[in-house]
Amino acid sequence: MITLETIAATGVFSVAWLMIAIPGLMAGLLLISGKFFDRSGHWMAVAASSTSFLLAAWMFVQMLTADPEHRAVSVPLFTWIDSGTWSVSAGLQIDQLSIVFALLITGVGSLIHLYSVGYMAHDVRRRRFFAYLNLFVAAMLLLVLADNYLVLFVGWEGVGLASYLLIGFWQHKPSAAAAAKKAFVMNRVGDLGLTMAVMSMLALFGSSSFEAVNAGAAELSPGWATAIGLFLLLGAAGKSAQVPLQGWLLDAMEGPTPVSALIHAATMVTAGVYLVVRSHEVFEMSAAASTAVVIVGAVTLLAGAWIGTSKDDIKKVLAGSTMSQIGYMMLAAGIGPAGYAFAIFHLLTHGFFKANMFLGAGSVMHAMNDDVDMRHYGALSKVMRVTFYTFAMGYLAIIGFPFFAGYFSKDHIIEAAFEHSLWAGLAALIGAGITAFYMTRLMLMTFFGEKRWREGVHPHESPKVMTVPLIILAVFSVIGGALMNAWIQDWLEPATGGHVTEISLVPNLIGWITMAVVAAGVTIAWFVFGGKRTIPDVAPATRNPFTVMGRNELFGNTVNDVLVVQPTMMAASGLVVADTKGLDGGANGLVTVFNGLSNQVRKLQNGQVRTYALTMALGAVAVGVVMILSQLG
Amino acid sequence: MIPLITGAEITFWIAGPLAVLGGIGLIAFRKAVYAALSMAFTMVNLAVLYASLDAMFLTFVQIIVYTGAIMMLFLFVLMLVGVDTPDSLVETLRGQRVAATLAGIGIAGLIVFGIGGALTGVKPVGLEAANATYGGNINGLSALIFGRYVFAFEFTSALLIVAAVGAMILGQRARTRRKPTQKDLAKARMKAYGEQGVHPGSLPNSGVLARHNSIATPGLLPDGTISKQSVSETLAARGVIVDAPAMSKATAELFGSIESTMAEEGEE
Amino acid sequence: MTPEYYVYLATILFALGTVGVMVRRNALVAFMSVELMLNAANLAMVAFSQARGGLDGQVATFFVMVVAAAEVVIGLSIIIVIYRTRRSTSMDAASLLKL
Repeated sequence: MITLETIAATGVFSVAWLMIAIPGLMAGLLLISGKFFDRSGHWMAVAASSTSFLLAAWMFVQMLTADPEHRAVSVPLFTWIDSGTWSVSAGLQIDQLSIVFALLITGVGSLIHLYSVGYMAHDVRRRRFFAYLNLFVAAMLLLVLADNYLVLFVGWEGVGLASYLLIGFWQHKPSAAAAAKKAFVMNRVGDLGLTMAVMSMLALFGSSSFEAVNAGAAELSPGWATAIGLFLLLGAAGKSAQVPLQGWLLDAMEGPTPVSALIHAATMVTAGVYLVVRSHEVFEMSAAASTAVVIVGAVTLLAGAWIGTSKDDIKKVLAGSTMSQIGYMMLAAGIGPAGYAFAIFHLLTHGFFKANMFLGAGSVMHAMNDDVDMRHYGALSKVMRVTFYTFAMGYLAIIGFPFFAGYFSKDHIIEAAFEHSLWAGLAALIGAGITAFYMTRLMLMTFFGEKRWREGVHPHESPKVMTVPLIILAVFSVIGGALMNAWIQDWLEPATGGHVTEISLVPNLIGWITMAVVAAGVTIAWFVFGGKRTIPDVAPATRNPFTVMGRNELFGNTVNDVLVVQPTMMAASGLVVADTKGLDGGANGLVTVFNGLSNQVRKLQNGQVRTYALTMALGAVAVGVVMILSQLG
Repeated sequence: MIPLITGAEITFWIAGPLAVLGGIGLIAFRKAVYAALSMAFTMVNLAVLYASLDAMFLTFVQIIVYTGAIMMLFLFVLMLVGVDTPDSLVETLRGQRVAATLAGIGIAGLIVFGIGGALTGVKPVGLEAANATYGGNINGLSALIFGRYVFAFEFTSALLIVAAVGAMILGQRARTRRKPTQKDLAKARMKAYGEQGVHPGSLPNSGVLARHNSIATPGLLPDGTISKQSVSETLAARGVIVDAPAMSKATAELFGSIESTMAEEGEE
Repeated sequence: MTPEYYVYLATILFALGTVGVMVRRNALVAFMSVELMLNAANLAMVAFSQARGGLDGQVATFFVMVVAAAEVVIGLSIIIVIYRTRRSTSMDAASLLKL
């Protein structure tokens, strides 16, 4: 096994912390500056994000030119906690894994910043929006660049905060506020898992650094390895919207569309995959934990795809798709060394094409007066040429059209899944078919067919500031896969310890089957939604249990409601009763008792001097009796 | 063997029961004056007992200070607040008398039980030697008071002064309005005269006759009639007023007889 | 003559004084009962003085008398003040020491 060796930071690496500090400070500046930066704040945010991207790119070039043994760099910053038996030093670790993440975050992030300049042009709280975006970039970079789990956890919570703030950005909408709260609360469940994992590491290894954990993982008892693995999986499931903590992602679409693209498609939701890959040494020690990761990934990829087939809300279809694609990544990450590189590969390509499609969807919504119902679209390919073509690139990438980005990354995962086990491979294969089906449905309902526009809607192409990022992302959706296909495994090998599988451009048997399944999905979608077939203006009533379940997000909310919310509410009501009847009753009863006693005792205080004299005399007698008795005794 | 009976014992067995009798009277008499007198009686008996205990100075102090001063002060106050208001016999506090009696018996029992036993058979030393040291009881007491207890004695003087000042302050009534001046009084008099016709000047004096000058004698007006204003209405109501015209009548008759006798002698 | 009997006599008088304070409603009589208790104590002290052959007991009695005189002066003044305001010397009437 190849382990990661880091070298001391020199040159640009010694100021790597600037990557995090610049957007972080910019977020603070924009938040506290008030109206002063209302007119220029968005460009400052774009500049901050771009600066981080340039730094990341510079480092990437430095790493490319270095020989493979000297690529990973550790940047110690300061001793954070020093408490005798264990200490935590805050530091950054820039290795092959984190630098690609940093590039994705800052690169796609900068494009989305740019896009948002156009998208949020008319929002009165634009400065605040960009401050939150910068905050997110800073927190996400801290998450991926941290050299230990505790600092990672700080970034983890930071992106959670940014996600909360941005989902609820349009806080005047009750649904947005509720969605933000839902995301926050469900993420807490996952955070509990991560917290417990970090605490277990501190207890077992006396350190939370990746180095120490990776070194110590080999000596872990199987029980502890499984426990830490499952804790990490819980954290990953919460952040990456995996079953059973998937419920918040669809509601998170209440946020502005650039947020959905950046946070809830390209970067933050993939943090779970990053966590699993980063902790691969732990998962390798526990077959149970890795199998759990595979199961969660497989279930989620099917569930997300299923939801995607039934929703009419374009953003929710994409959200279901995101769930499904992250399920693929999880599946790959759970497979083991063979899958880590593919998971990251798919993560990167997915970051490009899903951000591309989300931004495209945002462009469409922009044109349709923020209507998200695909049944009100149709025939947009003529009026929105740029959006249509860029979206089509993303579409071809996600369904795995040959030589587009998704073709490489997804096929590798399916192959690896078949190598792992038959059922995992079948799940991945079926998922690919369903993906083709619902993405084709989305394309047909949005860009083809009849005009089903509402009255007063006049679609138009979005401004340049929005289309330029679309074009750039579309380019990467096309070439990203081919660009990285031969390179990514070798590059990531030191960080993930993955062994190289031979990759050829010529599909093998599984590749052909996959293509056949995808083609079948596209064809079915064409026969249902394509051509001149009319699309009902409202979703037709149906008793088809698959459709009903899909439309209701597989009743995930109902399950949560029944399993968690209702018992909690009942427990709360019970506690209220216990409080009012038991505690308050006890307290009030005690008060009543003493009140009654006091009323009785008060009668002794009748104001009559003679009674007091009598009391005194009796008291004197009593004291005398006691004294004499004590003398006798 | 016939027990030796001393004068002190005889005194004790006479004065002791009488003192108890006085004490019972104190708490039994309904009228406060009777209670006060029984108290005085008890104190006199106690003085007698002091005498039998060779405490001559205290005997007289007891009589002079307690019976003479303190009890008389009580009687004065009793008269101030009303002598003739006997206590009601109805006890308002439930069980007060029974409980009080029990408490009294309890205290007595405790003292007897706790102290009395220790004194049985104690042979008193007697004060002959102590009194003889300075040549008498009073000399011995004064040696102690002005010697060992001089500071305590001085403090008692301060205490007495404070008590006297305190009593004055408590007894004083605060003046709630300005003291009227002579001018105010004159104004008020003239106002009363103007509005109600009240005589503004001083009232006429009582009469001064050869045989009577008491305030019961009315003054005579120039026309020989009496002035009703010159005697108190109370005396008039009692009917003890001396009849001034009747007195002057006797004088007039006497003068008349003298003049007639002188006239007859002149004729002769 | 042992001091025993004087102490018994003093005890009886003291108990009578105690009962008087508790039973009589006229403040003046109650006050006199207090004086009776003081006198009972005086008697005991004089008797002890004679039994022990020292004059200190008599000095103490003397001081008690002085203090009693001062106390009576103040006590009677207070009774008069109360009488002025309440037109009564009944102890039950001045039952203000309660809610």
